[in-house]
Amino acid sequence: MQKLSVKHLLGIKNLQTEDIELLFETASNFKEVINRSIKKVPSLRDITIANIFFENSTRTRLSFELAEKRLSADVVNFSASGSSVKKGETLLDTVNNILAMKVDMVVIRHASVGAPHFLAKHIKAKIVNAGDGTHEHPTQGLLDAYTIKEKLGTVEGKKVCIFGDILHSRVALSNIFALQKLGAEVMVCGPITLLPKYIKDLGVKVELDLQKAINWCDVANVLRIQLERQTIKYFPSLREYSLYYGINKEVLDKANKEILVMHPGPINRGVELSSDVADSKHAVILDQVENGVAMRMAVLYLLAGTTD
Amino acid sequence: MRKRIIIDSQLMNITLERLCQQLIEAHDTFENTVLLAIQPRGVFLAERITKKLSTLLKKEIPLGRLDVTFFRDDFRRKDAPLKANATEIPFLLEDKKVILIDDVLYTGRTVRAALDAMIAFGRPASVELFVLVNRKYTRDVPIQPDYVGKEVNCLESEKVIVRFTEQGEKEDFISLVSKNEI
Repeated sequence: MQKLSVKHLLGIKNLQTEDIELLFETASNFKEVINRSIKKVPSLRDITIANIFFENSTRTRLSFELAEKRLSADVVNFSASGSSVKKGETLLDTVNNILAMKVDMVVIRHASVGAPHFLAKHIKAKIVNAGDGTHEHPTQGLLDAYTIKEKLGTVEGKKVCIFGDILHSRVALSNIFALQKLGAEVMVCGPITLLPKYIKDLGVKVELDLQKAINWCDVANVLRIQLERQTIKYFPSLREYSLYYGINKEVLDKANKEILVMHPGPINRGVELSSDVADSKHAVILDQVENGVAMRMAVLYLLAGTTD
Repeated sequence: MRKRIIIDSQLMNITLERLCQQLIEAHDTFENTVLLAIQPRGVFLAERITKKLSTLLKKEIPLGRLDVTFFRDDFRRKDAPLKANATEIPFLLEDKKVILIDDVLYTGRTVRAALDAMIAFGRPASVELFVLVNRKYTRDVPIQPDYVGKEVNCLESEKVIVRFTEQGEKEDFISLVSKNEI
């Protein structure tokens, strides 16, 4: 019998290494389940889960919804557009109203940092953070680390470089925490304007030269430029960004070694990643998506199974 | 830990030998029959049986491993979920005669979950249940075994433990221990 040390999945930061290992093991079991002809197991049949998305999402929402359905949970979806949020309802009121309809778990994405933490303090349901502003996106961090383990055998001792818009990325932070807990070396690489000022305090290497970073790493996790979060200009133009920080076949060939290329999606083709790389055998982007469903099943299963 | 051995390694060998003969009696050359071990503890037993059968019949007997954790009916009724194991079924169950294998039959709930879990892999022609130990008068659901190594009538407060050398023991044995001593 094993359980997570946490009641909610708010971030990777407060997970133990053993938690991550338990999640990996459980995800492997679920990966086998979702590759069967009948992909469904009855574990969560008495649980209702609300997916509350205050921000846009395709992959994460679909992935959570599929994970919930594969576990036989009842699912309700809510997105901020077309809801009473537009009429001025507060977050707590919205969620309390949804909980009054007898919901056991809440998967929440919100543009504000700490929104899931706030909910975890004030309501009884179990909370899963599906991305809070520029803070954390724990299930993405878990599935990225899981994919690295699956492809390279282990995460420990591997060199992983995260490229691009680190400043606005919740994926970067969750990845850094997850990879460090599992013993990987982490580097970030991007234009200086898109790197947080105190990023070195997290114990990561910082590199401004794309080619040097590529030469160093075993795994390149490439992030999207989050134009929607950028209120000021951080670089002159997308064209210039892609010239200096776009990863293409030429850059990879120069490194003269096998590099695993990852991307949490959605890809801006031709900006941070060229099509010949995104579609090459180095890219494991679609494996990440498949593992995402298995990982989210593991998260929901282990959280739901732990009774207070 | 005080334990009462009810089957020692010599008797274990005799019992397994007899069970294999019974299986062959019922399934002849295992033309359309497969073995399916329930994870985790049915696996050691099933591997022994498969080895013996393969030697006796001079052919490979297919063995699958089925994990029933996600199909259990006690999920969320305990402190924490049980740990899952791998399911590996390297053949189709459709129209096969399946022999489900577990070490101890107690409440029958694990076997109920196994029947559910199995359906995801096809519709078997028939399903039989093979257990090394059948605990009597303890069933919660109407499930009975077809092949039994030993019938045991023990106290509710006792636990039956089946261990093989593959699990790091010096000798195979089946023993009874009091639950509060574990």
